Amino acid sequence: MSDYVELSNLTKGFPGSTGPVIIVRDFNLHIQRGEFVTLIGHSGCGKSTVLSMLAGLCPVTSGAIVLAGRELTGPGPDRGVVFQSPSLLPWLTAFKNVMLGVDQVFFTAPRSERARIAEYYLSVVGLADAMHKRPSELSQGMRQRVGIARAFALSPKMLLLDEPFGMLDSLTRFELQQVLVNLWSRNAVTALMVTHDVDEALFLSDRIVMMTNGPEAGVGDILDVTFSRPRERRAVIEHSDYQRLRDHLIDFLETRAHLRPNQTPAPHRPPPSAPASRPVNRPVVRPREPLTADVLAVTPG
Amino acid sequence: MKKSLQDIFFPFVGLALVLAFWQLIAGRSLERVRADGTSEEIRAGWIKDLPTPIDTWVKTRKYVLEPFAKREELDQGILRFTWYSLVIVGKGYFIALLIGTPLGFLLGLSKTFARMFDPLIQVLRPVSPLAWMPLGVVLFTGAGKAANDLGALFTIAICSMWPTVLNTAVGVRAVPQDYLNVAKVLKLSRTQTLFRILVPATLPYMFTGYRLSLGIAWLVIVAVEMLTGRVGIGNFLWNEYNNGLYTSIILCIITIGLVGFLLDRGMSLLERRIQGAR
Ligand SMILES: Nc1ncnc2c1ncn2[C@@H]1O[C@H](COP(=O)(O)OP(=O)(O)OP(=O)(O)O)[C@@H](O)[C@H]1O
Ligand SMILES: [Mg+2]
Repeated sequence: MSDYVELSNLTKGFPGSTGPVIIVRDFNLHIQRGEFVTLIGHSGCGKSTVLSMLAGLCPVTSGAIVLAGRELTGPGPDRGVVFQSPSLLPWLTAFKNVMLGVDQVFFTAPRSERARIAEYYLSVVGLADAMHKRPSELSQGMRQRVGIARAFALSPKMLLLDEPFGMLDSLTRFELQQVLVNLWSRNAVTALMVTHDVDEALFLSDRIVMMTNGPEAGVGDILDVTFSRPRERRAVIEHSDYQRLRDHLIDFLETRAHLRPNQTPAPHRPPPSAPASRPVNRPVVRPREPLTADVLAVTPG
Repeated sequence: MKKSLQDIFFPFVGLALVLAFWQLIAGRSLERVRADGTSEEIRAGWIKDLPTPIDTWVKTRKYVLEPFAKREELDQGILRFTWYSLVIVGKGYFIALLIGTPLGFLLGLSKTFARMFDPLIQVLRPVSPLAWMPLGVVLFTGAGKAANDLGALFTIAICSMWPTVLNTAVGVRAVPQDYLNVAKVLKLSRTQTLFRILVPATLPYMFTGYRLSLGIAWLVIVAVEMLTGRVGIGNFLWNEYNNGLYTSIILCIITIGLVGFLLDRGMSLLERRIQGAR
């Protein structure tokens, strides 16, 4: 299978007070069709910047993005975006929020067909009974479900998710991760997701891309995650490789994230203090939470 | 329950206090018998020419009890006069919204447009209706007999437009980037972005502007009618003043105040409905 998405030497600079500040430099990543890739790294390293360049919401300083053989030049509904805040339009019902995009993408289809698409995705994310409510009547978790349905309903070439579960409590987060896994197993869209959460990354991804700290952040390391699909949380966590992969990620974030990609750690380094002293919230390495059957069940949150 | 009782009770206490104070300072008519036996009426009191509350009621009740009567051109029920005024205010206000809303959108959307016209707006905004009115009539002298009416509409529109313009502009600038990103990702056209994202997102601000504009439009009507002589409540007030019938002035003030209050209430109900929808 050939590369479906290619990010080549992607670089982004913002004008700063003392000349341009390069946030991301020479970010290279190839993603296969149908692959789920997660981007993990310290806060402020530029994960969202990479994602918004892919979404076309933020112009590229240099480098190129190719999706399905075509260079991207701007935003478009061929990429479904799930934002950190659900960013639903508050004056539209959940259904109409989804329809806004469906109408745009499937404008040749008859209205009944378009409504069927929106209804289908809303029911798959568990909102069959709440699809005619406005966002203000929905819980945070339900709103994010709508956001996910909205992105999938576009039948996009690629999904872009920027910490889609970052604002949710951990129970709701588990539920929605499962929703995402279920949706994705029906319809393996190429996906790039940003997360702070090591366990989330392991549960969802085929590959995890670890970003070095900014400025001039790039790809530090890549981890293959080969748990069989469809995935089930308990099976993943109990897998014999799980702890090893998790340790690898944590080791990168704690000791190697501040190094440029071509550097290698010195043999006898003092304990890493640089990342810990940064005034940023660090990736969540939560102790494993005890799992119960109802946590795993998918119910509207 | 207790709270709502107090809500009704205390306004009445306030009203009673004001009426008592009014009664205290108002003048009274006294009869003085001259040395030759004839009598004359004189006014006494702190403010001799101010009628008492009771006097006011007695002398103006024919306007109130038959509010829609039309006895003569200048002798009509109070609500009939009010209605004439409301009609012209409604027309001028409608023009203000029709011009003010798009203007607000242009100001909010285009930095260049804002740079060009914002200073001008800030200068025109504080100009009094009394100053606009003559210009309004001059502008429409070509219209002959209609000049007065058109001038009145012009004055109401230009005075009441600004809150709509400014609030709409603020609202447009405050549309969250998230919503605009949704529009960009879905590649909505400019018109779609305007009508499906920007207008609904700005609606609450627009309605705040509309409410304030209506208040100003109603405020302007008295001045406009005084200057043009169009029949209406402001004109009635002015005529009665010239005829020395001070009780009518008070009736007019109370009516204008109550109508303004009701208009504002109506608009804030609408405003809250709109804001509740999000
Ligand atoms: N419009 C901008 N102008 C200037 N600097 C910016 C702009 N947007 C982002 N930055 C800077 O770019 C860096 C990376 O930001 P980005 O939002 O991509 O980080 P992130 O990895 O997504 O962080 P987080 O995990 O906290 O979301 C930050 O240091 C930020 O200050
Ligand atoms: Mg981010």
